[in-house]
Formats: sequence, structure tokens, C-alpha cells
Amino acid sequence: MPKLFTGAEIVFKCLEDQKVEYIFGYPGGAVLPIYDELKNHKSIKHILARHEQGAGHAAEGYARSSGKPGILLVTSGPGATNAVTALADAYMDSIPLVCISGQVPTHLIGTDAFQECDTTGITRPCTKHNWLVKDVNNLSDIIHQAFEVATTGRPGPVLVDIPKDIQFKKGRYKFTKNKLFKKVNGKVSKKVNSKDIDKFIEMIKKSSKPIFYTGGGVINSGPNASKLLRELVSLTGFPITSTLQGLGAYPGDDPQFLGMLGMHGTYEANNAMHDCDLMINIGARFDDRITGKIDEFSPASKKIHVDIDPSSVGKNVKVDLAVISDVNELLENLIKKFKEKNKNFLNSNKQKTSKWWMQIEKWRTKKSLNFINSEKTIKPQHAVQRLYELTKHKDTFITTEVGQHQMWAAQHYKFNKPNRWMTSGGLGTMGFGLPAAVGVQVAQPGKLVIDIAGEASVLMTIQEMSTAVQYRLPIKIFILNNEYMGMVRQWQELLHDKNYSESYSEALPDFVKLAEAYGCVGIRASKPSELDEKIEEMINIDKPVIFDCVVDKEENCYPMIPSGKPHNQMLLGPQDEKEEVSDEGKALV
Amino acid sequence: MKKSKSAYSEPSKIGKKEHHIIVLWVDNEAGVLARVVGLFSGRGYNIDSLAVAEVDKKKHLSRITIVTIGTPEVIEQIKLQLKKLIPVHKVADFSRHDPKILFKELALFKLVATSKKQEKAKKICKKFNVVVLDKSKKSFVIQVTALRREIDKLIDNLKPLGLVSTSRTGAVAMTRGPEIFK
Repeated sequence: MPKLFTGAEIVFKCLEDQKVEYIFGYPGGAVLPIYDELKNHKSIKHILARHEQGAGHAAEGYARSSGKPGILLVTSGPGATNAVTALADAYMDSIPLVCISGQVPTHLIGTDAFQECDTTGITRPCTKHNWLVKDVNNLSDIIHQAFEVATTGRPGPVLVDIPKDIQFKKGRYKFTKNKLFKKVNGKVSKKVNSKDIDKFIEMIKKSSKPIFYTGGGVINSGPNASKLLRELVSLTGFPITSTLQGLGAYPGDDPQFLGMLGMHGTYEANNAMHDCDLMINIGARFDDRITGKIDEFSPASKKIHVDIDPSSVGKNVKVDLAVISDVNELLENLIKKFKEKNKNFLNSNKQKTSKWWMQIEKWRTKKSLNFINSEKTIKPQHAVQRLYELTKHKDTFITTEVGQHQMWAAQHYKFNKPNRWMTSGGLGTMGFGLPAAVGVQVAQPGKLVIDIAGEASVLMTIQEMSTAVQYRLPIKIFILNNEYMGMVRQWQELLHDKNYSESYSEALPDFVKLAEAYGCVGIRASKPSELDEKIEEMINIDKPVIFDCVVDKEENCYPMIPSGKPHNQMLLGPQDEKEEVSDEGKALV
Repeated sequence: MKKSKSAYSEPSKIGKKEHHIIVLWVDNEAGVLARVVGLFSGRGYNIDSLAVAEVDKKKHLSRITIVTIGTPEVIEQIKLQLKKLIPVHKVADFSRHDPKILFKELALFKLVATSKKQEKAKKICKKFNVVVLDKSKKSFVIQVTALRREIDKLIDNLKPLGLVSTSRTGAVAMTRGPEIFK
């Protein structure tokens, strides 16, 4: 007779065999047997959040900064529904999460029992896959498969729903390692075709106006992919731009880097995307915030698309060469072959792309990220720039909420390493940054973790300050406080005739006192002259800090591609607004 | 020019839509149909008809046949998205006009009619493998197998003959010749 374990024991045996160190969660009736078992497993530490959404974003922060899957443990009913936002967020940004949820006992399913909801039904469209466990003997297989589905192919969230009676019942434990290993979404992936590599290199050689357009796929492929990307970019001498999610894969201060592209990307990046003759998309997905008007998206270019997810190819934009592959694997093969046959490419090709680079330099002279600074009020861009200058010598991890501050952070904070930038890109979840910072700090003890936040976003999950205090996680919440939902206000100004409907918060907490109430430190800066000193003070405090940075209330985020416009029709600042955002420009924000 | 206040771009021109038959082989487990159908509704794809049943008892494999309509790009997306579902083993896609493919739908008709009209009805259905399943003095139930448009036409023709109830399946499909889809 094999040894039998309770369902709760099996859950922990699985987690141990998957080398899980941290669980983010919140207890409740339907997961109590699992929580009861926690004490017997010293290698696994539980981080108690204050809300399941917070636990979910913390698990995301952990996963995004470490590359390991984030583990989430919640109860049935409201526990599961509260976790849905985090699951949807992870699904959009391809972040591996394993969510274990309790469910009412099997015999009560379907009876509208207390704290019952159709968890697998609700989470089906926002997970890669989910399971309702019906037999304790399948539990270990299901959890191990859940880990594989979450972490292989295009990563993403999964959920295992375990009824309470299954947690008590005894059954067998099995661990067959790597059953689906190297498969995409649990399915066999093709090896990179050598013909495709040849064609890839051929297209590189033919091009005179090339650009690399890279995304979160490079980050997800692991730190080595970022190294290889740098090698390829320097081998070719081509310019490179990155999506919001891909920042850090290539050094932000390198001269070949044109900055972020897209709706609030730089003038040079967007114009280069529009005018190029070869676009090399590595691990990005032609998102609508990137492409602008799709009919006029980069009309004259040949396009190469490298993506691990076959359904990403051809979804929004037709491409000339599609390579379905992990970024790391593709780059390894490509660089090897490229080096063999093109020994002196960089020098011999310089002439060919020199005109292109001259054009790019011309675009650069627009200095599209410039803003008019002030000595009276703190400009939000200035605050981010100062924060960058004062923290760049450290290995700093930045999370953000969603809105203007997020775009300013992406524009003005330069990243040199992958996994240092954690932001909610696809779903755009306000309230993401604070709990994400909690998860990042758990994964990166001793490192400086800063949430660049807006005052509206941060209030959505502010309760997680308690979590930070409880586990002595010295996260820094850097709030650019303009008392408005800034991005909403900006759109209302530009598109809705300055009707600022419900975008001003007439009552806000005193963030310094709020910090003190939570047991952390509050700092306020309201004059440009005191900014540096206060930021230094924040960095030097070994406790969680809420930094209330009182900024200009009506600053808009530029540059910007107005709604419905192609890449080469950007607004650079307020001076452009009057003429261009007259009629047709209003749709594109 | 029309003012647009959307935060998103305007839709671009839509290509020509075509009917396609998507056949998929899936693990017959709880919720699998919901996953497939949810994918269609969630992404705004269309389902004209749906037929599903287990075809392999030992391996617990079901075969789902979906008739859908969409532009070539949408059809391609449907296939790729379906392939990503964990319980889906393989996905086949046939154009409705593909001569290599056989399609059939089954329909049951109940007619309340005199025997004279019953005979007339049988004649109309003659070409479509008509089987009489139930017969009484006042009524009868017949079964036909045919293409979708043929059944549509039969319904029109049977209405004046006392058709009171129609039940029909979604289309099922199979390739001609010895090949099977791998």
C-alpha cells in the first residue's frame, strides 16, 4: 500500500517539489485545512495580504521580478472573485501565477452554499487553464500540471479549485517531472527552422532602414535573452525601440536605444517605426497602444515577428516572416549563424544605414520628452528624473500604478536590466503597483523597491501598506499627487471639451498621517527646492515610506499619438494641441 | 469630419466573410465545451451550428464540429486560439465549398396531416434519406439527413403540409477518400 496523504498535505508536497518559497494569500472557511497544514512546512512562507487582489498583485510582483511563478492562495466565493483582477492582469501581461482556491464541499456545489461561486466558470476566460478537483487522487497530477501550464510556452495564470472535502480526504501523491517539458501551452513546439533563420538574416542584410521592436517576450524568456538581444543589436548596429512591457531588456541609456514607442513613446521611436523598411518584432504583440491607426501602421516595411504564441502572429498586423519560438532559443540560433557568415557586418553595413541614422538623429533633436520645468511647483516629469538620478547607482526595482505617472516613469526612468520594471500594461490595473512592490521586495530582500504611484491609483490598494509593515518590507511609495485622475483629466481636456467629469478627488487623505497610521514613515515634498533632499531621506529610511510628492495639477503627458492617427503624426506638447487636436485627432487617445 | 471621442482607434475595413467548418478533437472532460464556446463568445466569433459527442470511449475523446463565419483572418485566429486550449488535441478547418469534404445535418420533422398530405411530404423529402420514425392517423415523424440549406428549404416546403415541430442537429463533417486528418 502506498502512503496516503490528505489533500491539504498533497498541496504542500506539490509546492515543496515545485520549490515554492512564498505563498501570497488570505484564509477563509473553504481553505482552512490547507492553512492548518501550513505550520508543518517550514520551507514555505505565507505572506498575509489585506485583500485577495493585493495578494494576487503581490504574487505578480514576485513573479515579474524573479522569473519564478507566483503562488496565490484564496478561499471560495469572494476570495476567488477578489483574485480575478490579478488573474486577468497576469493573463494580459503573460505572468506565471498559480492560484489555489478553496471551494465548498463537493456535495454542496451547485446549491448556492455559503461563499460558493462558480470559480472555474468565472476565471475561465482570464486563466490559461483551470481545474476543479473532483478526486483527491488526481490532486497531485493536477497541481504539477498547473505549474507546467503556467510556466511553459507563453506564461500565464492558472487556477486549481479544491473543494473542502477533497482537502480532508486521503489519497496518493505522485510527482512525474517535466511531463510536458519544452512544450508550448502543453503542446509540442516546432524547432526553429533553419530556413527561417536564413531568411531572417537575408532580410537583415537587405535592409537600409531597419528597427528592432522588442517587448515583454524578451523579459519572459529569461535574463539570457536580454544578453543575446544586446549582442544582436550591437552586431547589427541597428536602432532599437521597446514596448512598455519590454523596458530593461535593452539598456535605456544606450545610444542605439530610441526610447519607448507607442501612444506616449518618443518622437524618434514612433517615426522610425513608421518610416522603416524592416521591422524586427521580438516578443511583442502589435498592441493597439503601439500601432496607432492600423491601416497606416508602418506602411513600407517588411516585418519579422518572433513570438512564442502562434495566435499572436497575424492577429493585428500581417507580417512577412513569422518565427514561432522562445526568444532565447531563436536569438541563440540566429546570432550563431549570423556570426559565422557575416564576420564584418557592422562595419561593412555602416554606409547602408548611415542615412537612416542621420534621419533618426534629426528626429532626436525634437527632444520629445522635454517639458517646461518650474521653480515654483514640482513638475511630475522632473520628480521622476530626480528619482532616477538619485537611485540609478543602486539596483533599483520600480513598480507603477496606471495613468500619467506610469507613462512618465516609463519615459524618464531608464532601465538597464530586465525584471527591474513591473507595470500593468495590458489590463491597465490601477492599484497594481503597491501590492506588486510588496511581492517584489519579498523576492528581492535588501534591494530598493519603489512604487511610482498616482494618488488615485494607490488608494485602490492602500491597505497593503499593512502587509508591508507586518513583514518589514521597506517599500517606497512615491506618489505623484496632482489630486486628479490625471490621465482621465488629460483625455477630458483634449477630447471632451474640458468637462472634468468626476476626475477630481475633492477629498484625499493626508498621506503623511496615513503613513504614520499604518506604522510607516510619511514624507511630503511640495517645492522643487526640497525634492532631492527629501528623496535622499526616503531612500535612507529602512522602513516602508509613503512619499507625497505634490506636483503640478494640470500637467499633461507628452508626446502623444492622438487617437486614430498613425505614428508620424504625434503631438509633442501643448503648442501642438490647438491646431492638431481639432476634430479628427480626438479619437485616438 | 465626424468627431470621435473614443479612446480606441476606429475599425478598419472588414474583409469578405466566409463560412468555415471547424472540427476539433478534445478530451471529454467537465467544462471542455464551455471553454470552446466561451472562447467564441468572448472573442466575438460566430457560431452557426454546433455538434458534439464522444467518439472514442477508451481515450475519452470528443469531436466537436462548429460551423462559423468570419474573414480569413478571423478564421485563422479561431484556429490558433482553439489550439491553445489545453484539452484540445487537434483542430481542422474546412471551407464550406471544399469538394473533398462531406457535410451532413440531421433533422426530425413532425407533421400533423392527413395521409394524403403525408404522402406528399414523403415525396418532397425523398432525396434526403427519409425515414419514417413514427406514424399515426393524424401525424407522423420523419427523419432526413441533408445539407443545411436543403433542410432550410424542406422546412419551407413542409410548412403548408402541416409541419408543427422541427428538431435539427448541427452539421458534422468528414473528409472523402482514405485520408484522415492528423
